[in-house]
Amino acid sequence: MTDAARHPTFPQAARAALADTQLRHNLGHATHTIRAKRAEVVAEVPDWEQLREAGRALKERVLRHIDDYLLELEGAVQAAGGVVHWARDARECNQIVGDIVAAHGANEVVKSKSLTTEETKLNEALDRRGIRAWETDLAQLIIQLGDDTPSHILVPAIHKNRAQIRELFLSKLDDVPSDLSDDPHELAEIARRHLRKLFLNTPVGISGVNFAIAETGTVSVVESEGNGRMCTTLPEVLISVMGIEKIVPTWQDLEVYMQLLPRSSTAERMNPYSSLWTGVTEGDGPREFHLVLIDNGRTDVLADEIGRQALNCIRCSACLNVCPVYERTGGHAYGSTYPGPIGAILTPLLSGLEEAGSLPYASSLCGACYEVCPVKINIPQVLVHLRHKEVKHSTAAGGLRGRLAGEHLAMRAMARVFADRRLYEAAQRSGRLAQWPLVRGGKIERLPGPLSGWSSMRDLPPLPRQSFRDWWRQRT
Amino acid sequence: MSAAREEILARIRSALQDVPAGERAGDVTVAREYRTSDDRGADELVELLCERLIDYHAQVRQVAAGEVGRAVAEACRELGLARVVVPPELAADWRPGAGEGPEVVEDRGLSAAELDAIDGAVTGCAAAIAETGTLVLDGQGPSGRRAITLVPDHHICVVSEDQVLGLVPEAIAGTASSVRERGLPVTLISGPSASSDIELERLEGVHGPRHLLVLIAR
Repeated sequence: MTDAARHPTFPQAARAALADTQLRHNLGHATHTIRAKRAEVVAEVPDWEQLREAGRALKERVLRHIDDYLLELEGAVQAAGGVVHWARDARECNQIVGDIVAAHGANEVVKSKSLTTEETKLNEALDRRGIRAWETDLAQLIIQLGDDTPSHILVPAIHKNRAQIRELFLSKLDDVPSDLSDDPHELAEIARRHLRKLFLNTPVGISGVNFAIAETGTVSVVESEGNGRMCTTLPEVLISVMGIEKIVPTWQDLEVYMQLLPRSSTAERMNPYSSLWTGVTEGDGPREFHLVLIDNGRTDVLADEIGRQALNCIRCSACLNVCPVYERTGGHAYGSTYPGPIGAILTPLLSGLEEAGSLPYASSLCGACYEVCPVKINIPQVLVHLRHKEVKHSTAAGGLRGRLAGEHLAMRAMARVFADRRLYEAAQRSGRLAQWPLVRGGKIERLPGPLSGWSSMRDLPPLPRQSFRDWWRQRT
Repeated sequence: MSAAREEILARIRSALQDVPAGERAGDVTVAREYRTSDDRGADELVELLCERLIDYHAQVRQVAAGEVGRAVAEACRELGLARVVVPPELAADWRPGAGEGPEVVEDRGLSAAELDAIDGAVTGCAAAIAETGTLVLDGQGPSGRRAITLVPDHHICVVSEDQVLGLVPEAIAGTASSVRERGLPVTLISGPSASSDIELERLEGVHGPRHLLVLIAR
């Protein structure tokens, strides 16, 4: 995948993000607003916990039998007149999509928002073949025109303000009146006019997939603006790209996810538009339908028994909005298509700890993400699991030097002391003696050497004069 | 089939070695302890549907079952719609009568460009979900083809009282046969097209119809 050396670690990238006051202001506003609205619409649903449990269990069923479900889906899509393609990785996926577009002689395509094609960098790959991919979601268009990257899964351009968007439209789009104001309605009208021409004249559409139903071969796109409907209805050829984990077993199972997703994502009872199509329908919509199933690291995630649950994710972004870390750093600091708590586990699982070893530490383990997750992904559990793997990995990769690194030695010594009562009590006694130069006014405000970072924000209570065990022994 | 297909399936099988060979998908328990039916009466459901539709900025009117055609014509006049498209199967008494409203164009496979020159669409639907304020269109009969409720700027949708369901699971069950047996496209519509992409300010009508009027026939 990507070259690790080019990516700053999370703490390095976060430092830059934290210095950006516009970003912090916009993100703070967005995450708090969506968080409050989500809580309201979730509280309206008396059986929310039962829905969450069903949503989780259905994904568990799919993941444990995903080979069978993929074959069932393939058969159903083919029976409905669609063509199914399999892609091992990003390169293969982009090749397949590019070949289909080229076979129709098209040099432009309209695209509705898709995280999976961002993951594969499809637009760049198409561009190299002389094919222009137009993003049609308003925020994605803003990102694309600004040569920028998304900072939030749901509202990707939330780091931009209206004045910046106005400037962007004026400089990058044709036929924009120079007296354009920065009123969001006027800006949206510009985007509508610009994109409508494309929707009516572009022969190939590309979309992502929210859910694919193995039983019927039905594929769905859940959205707000109508650009998803345009891309999946008007072009003659439709190509939809999905990660293999997007399967749900039956049509009936939609009843669970169509309740969980909108309320968790946009904090609406239902999103404005959901399109569900099954292969090709005579006289209605595209005449040709291609479904691309992509692995790109997902089978590696599947092989990790604890990490596997990350594939439950339905990309709602509720975990981003409640995360105290994400709220401050924004999405760019994660250096990945998938930011926030879910990104902190999914990215290293998909592309390896060598690439993203700092991400499992981008969390305070407060657990708010687990609580809001509509499919009950235990993100803190996976974070701790990945930290453990990362330590083992870096110790092993560091050879003798890794095994002799200060932190590693300290932890091993501590483990020995904590495992043995006599050693532990001896350590308490010597600690009581050794701490006296540090104690000021009944607390330790500054620790020496490598521990000073920890105490720069916190005070430590000193060891008490007598431990509970000593006190107990005196009385028995 | 392709080498990629075989390789992905092989990777999956090696990743799932912890799953016992004899386990079937149905062995993984899924408890469906959520609500699947709603026993609220028609009045209550209609009232809830109206409230939820209005909450997402759709316009709603309740009309007497025999007055639908007139109500459609009146709405078209108010909205200034000169030409509207209807599915060929839309009942005659749900259309504006001749001479009292807009020109009515039956959809016989109109192109997107032709639809772009039409002011609005008048359709029925397959069902409505009260709890979420959702219209369910199933690509046949009075629902019409997908494009007719997408390209024109106005959508007037007639819902008859007996089509109003309480919950999402009821509507999913209701459309199952259209999908399983006929592979028809299903579209769920909840309010007009909307976006919050610029500074989280909600605005209507980025791409789909900017205006949605729901007439509930009672």
